[in-house]
Amino acid sequence: WPAKMIQAILVFNNHGKPRLVRFYQRFPEEIQQQIVRETFHLVLKQDDNICNFLEGGSLIGGSDYKLIYRHYATLYFVFCVDSSESELGILDLIQVFVETLDKCFENVCELDLIFHMDKVHYILQEVVMGGMVLETNMNEIVAQIEAQNRLEKSEGGLSAAPARAVSAVKNINLPEIPRNINIGDLNIKVPNLSQFV
Amino acid sequence: MALKMVKGSIDRMFDKNLQDLVRGIRNHKEDEAKYISQCIDEIKQELKQDNIAVKANAVCKLTYLQMLGYDISWAAFNIIEVMSASKFTFKRIGYLAASQCFHEGTDVIMLTTNQIRKDLSSPSQYDTGVALTGLSCFVTPDLARDLANDIMTLMSHTKPYIRKKAVLIMYKVFLKYPESLRPAFPRLKEKLEDPDPGVQSAAVNVICELARRNPKNYLSLAPLFFKLMTSSTNNWVLIKIIKLFGALTPLEPRLGKKLIEPLTNLIHSTSAMSLLYECVNTVIAVLISLSSGMPNHSASIQLCVQKLRILIEDSDQNLKYLGLLAMSKILRTHPKSVQAHKDLVLQCLDDKDESIRLRALDLLYGMVSKKNLVEIVKKLMSHVDKAEGTTYRDELLTKIIDICSQCNYQHITNFQWYISVLVELTRLEGTRHGHLIAAQMLDVAIRVKAIRKFAVSQMSALLDRAHLVASSTQRNGICEVLYAAAWICGEFSEHLQEPQQTLEAMLRPKVTTLPGHIQAVYVQNVVKLYAAILQQKEQAAEPEAAQDVTQLMVERLPQFVQSADLEVQERASCILQLVKHIQKLQAKDVPVAEEVSALFAGELNPVAPKAQKKVPVPEGLDLDAWINEPPSDSESEDEKPKAIFHEEEQRHVKQRQPEADEEELARRREARKQEQANNPFYIKSSPSPQKRYQDLPGVEHIPVVQIDLSVPLKVPGMPASDQYVKLEEERRQRQRLEKDRKKKKKKDKERKGRARRRGSLLSESDEDVAPAQQVDIVTEEMPENALPSDEDDKDPNDPYRALDIDLDRPLADSEKLPVQKHRNADTSKSPEKEHVPVTEKKPKKPKKKEKKLREK
Repeated sequence: WPAKMIQAILVFNNHGKPRLVRFYQRFPEEIQQQIVRETFHLVLKQDDNICNFLEGGSLIGGSDYKLIYRHYATLYFVFCVDSSESELGILDLIQVFVETLDKCFENVCELDLIFHMDKVHYILQEVVMGGMVLETNMNEIVAQIEAQNRLEKSEGGLSAAPARAVSAVKNINLPEIPRNINIGDLNIKVPNLSQFV
Repeated sequence: MALKMVKGSIDRMFDKNLQDLVRGIRNHKEDEAKYISQCIDEIKQELKQDNIAVKANAVCKLTYLQMLGYDISWAAFNIIEVMSASKFTFKRIGYLAASQCFHEGTDVIMLTTNQIRKDLSSPSQYDTGVALTGLSCFVTPDLARDLANDIMTLMSHTKPYIRKKAVLIMYKVFLKYPESLRPAFPRLKEKLEDPDPGVQSAAVNVICELARRNPKNYLSLAPLFFKLMTSSTNNWVLIKIIKLFGALTPLEPRLGKKLIEPLTNLIHSTSAMSLLYECVNTVIAVLISLSSGMPNHSASIQLCVQKLRILIEDSDQNLKYLGLLAMSKILRTHPKSVQAHKDLVLQCLDDKDESIRLRALDLLYGMVSKKNLVEIVKKLMSHVDKAEGTTYRDELLTKIIDICSQCNYQHITNFQWYISVLVELTRLEGTRHGHLIAAQMLDVAIRVKAIRKFAVSQMSALLDRAHLVASSTQRNGICEVLYAAAWICGEFSEHLQEPQQTLEAMLRPKVTTLPGHIQAVYVQNVVKLYAAILQQKEQAAEPEAAQDVTQLMVERLPQFVQSADLEVQERASCILQLVKHIQKLQAKDVPVAEEVSALFAGELNPVAPKAQKKVPVPEGLDLDAWINEPPSDSESEDEKPKAIFHEEEQRHVKQRQPEADEEELARRREARKQEQANNPFYIKSSPSPQKRYQDLPGVEHIPVVQIDLSVPLKVPGMPASDQYVKLEEERRQRQRLEKDRKKKKKKDKERKGRARRRGSLLSESDEDVAPAQQVDIVTEEMPENALPSDEDDKDPNDPYRALDIDLDRPLADSEKLPVQKHRNADTSKSPEKEHVPVTEKKPKKPKKKEKKLREK
């Protein structure tokens, strides 16, 4: 049942390739993919300089739900929320999430999301928990992420050091993908962000 | 296989981590599915390893594959293994995978209870945090019951990081285990005043969500929230509280009065648009709930409307959108204040953004009045022509119909205009809403008696024109209007100027390309027309002309008899037999017209949509009782089918011989009238289910006046509604002049003022516009003793009903949350014992795996 204030958080690129799929309500994988595709087609139709709310209708949850999204260069960040959330508040929350990503990855780009989906999830978990807004203060979010990174480091991380070295070498052969998320011009779209803490 | 074994060294296994997997998939664009299935095989091998790091790495890769649409529930048990790893790095991977793929149907989830309990009480706040985060995604009723007490304890944890997560997850626990709400509530309430802003925000979040669903139980918290609202500086918290007040005020109007002032202050002072917007929204909610009480809230309305206008005029499309959304809320109770901004709304119709246009359309619905309806519809019609996508065009179409038909057509002063608008809309090819237009045509023609003559002339023109039939082949929804056109021309054939021409149009071979249900209506109404023509010819003493018509019918009807549609075929063959019989009688010079018309005598009256439901069950009637005892199973059914066929045959024969005498006919007519009156399904017209006031007071008393038509009824080519707009303007002009003249006699000075009034329609008040013709809108029939409305809005499946719990009653001992004391004590020592109690409930499959875990 629609017991979630935020029903789903989807991140996909300009071609509809999913980069983060986080549902707070159970849907079989097949349906999840279908929802991602349909959502992609919905937002793709929108010009960039028009309103960032879409009435999702039958997509997920029904008429009480809205799609609220932002488009940064090659990535779409889409939140599906119900009427208990403030539309402008969620827009700012997306901004907080993206700025946090930018801080944690140091100039985030689509590649970071592609290769570190797990880390993106961990960051999101400090912002939204079980479909509810957990923390909106970016400094607090970043502090918790960094503390957990330190803890992970002290445990030696997931992979052994040699394997890391191998990956680092392989990385060189990757096709060059330009850095996409340009945080520099973000504030143009959210004039009230600075007052929103 | 052997090679794999060699490769199976730890180092090789580590070679492919998440990044390698992603890179591999990107390098195998051609055979991605094949590559991934290879990877899954590898992952399965890795999961068989004892090394927890290898397992965690494998589960991490699975989480990535889950995002790509692969079902990973088969690894649920391995995920639990990784969750129970001692290292935070691995534990976090496990909980992430679980939160992505566990749900109430995951059977191994019951194995997690004690692991989660252990993690919740871990000395490391991040172990606890990760467990809480994971649990918030997959908590089941069982987990909620077993862990409620542990989580409640965490609400008082020393670390605010844990407190805020524990507070937030309580909402999920309440939903899954409503019994926990009362025991946990006092502590949750304390958290509203937690020193940490994050914890406070979480508590506000949870309580607001609870209160939104069952507001009456939370009224006693209003003073506390009021205090928070006036003291907090956190906009997120303020927004939540202000939204909550919007839900509470309808229950407690006194609260609303207190709110107006602080909210108005916030509106004036805040620079955050999101907060401003929510304040405006709540002020609107307050004003709606107070609509009678306060005398001077017009100032507040003005403030809201004024602020919303600023939002709508902003270049930020999001603010524009929200401004329109809030405006529509004000519109419901204070239409006058919004109508003043009609210019702005019409302007939004030209916006490039479709969602803004749709919002503006919604607003227009409430803004129309008698005086501006024509103007607004004209504007919408011009948008229909411009619209590119069919979705938006269809939305415009339905909106035009909604706007015109709302409140029993109360804004329409000229139905000729409306009919011509509907006819103009039939130009829209490829629309899905042909049936809507058809329903309106039927509704208006049936209920507005005065317009029938005009409607019939327009409908016959539609039937005459071939374009609708021609395009019908491509599954075109617009051909639905022919359904209405055929029915109206048949039923009200007395108004047709040239019935013969219409009859020929309806018998054209092309008609057989129409959908079956439309053809069926054609066939039925062809006979009505035929009856009318016979009558006419016989009265004019032109027996030969009458015979010619019969001949036309005999020639053309067989095309319908061949139809693949059963309904069409059946009706056509019945009618063909009837017509052939008439032909025989005509050959003998027997007058037949009277009797044929008698088949369709009687007036049709519209029946209210809910009439059937509202028929009271007469006293003493038990609908469930058997009328006849049910036949016993042993009885042979051999004879039954025969009997049915026999009877039917007889009935058909009878029908084909209309040789009844005058008296018999009169009796039948009476019976037919009676039946029509009692049969609510007789007319299938289903006007749009918009608000319709059945008992419009005094409509019966409005005299039906013949229309004095100032336009020739036959409009050559496409009828243009514009024509009627002009006529209507002229009429209103005349009306005004008339009035002015009267006024002039009284006061000669006010000439200036009048000149201005003549210039713009806007300054004219609605009451000034008298309808073009008095129209008798026939009220729909309701059964005698109709029962009052019996709607039940409550949804029995609403999960929040279980949370409708009185929170002020003191807590009883029996309500305390279950605590598992001794098992808690030895969890850390003997993990294998933990699972023993659950294994009883568990299905067989996981048992085997569980053994494996214990062996380790």
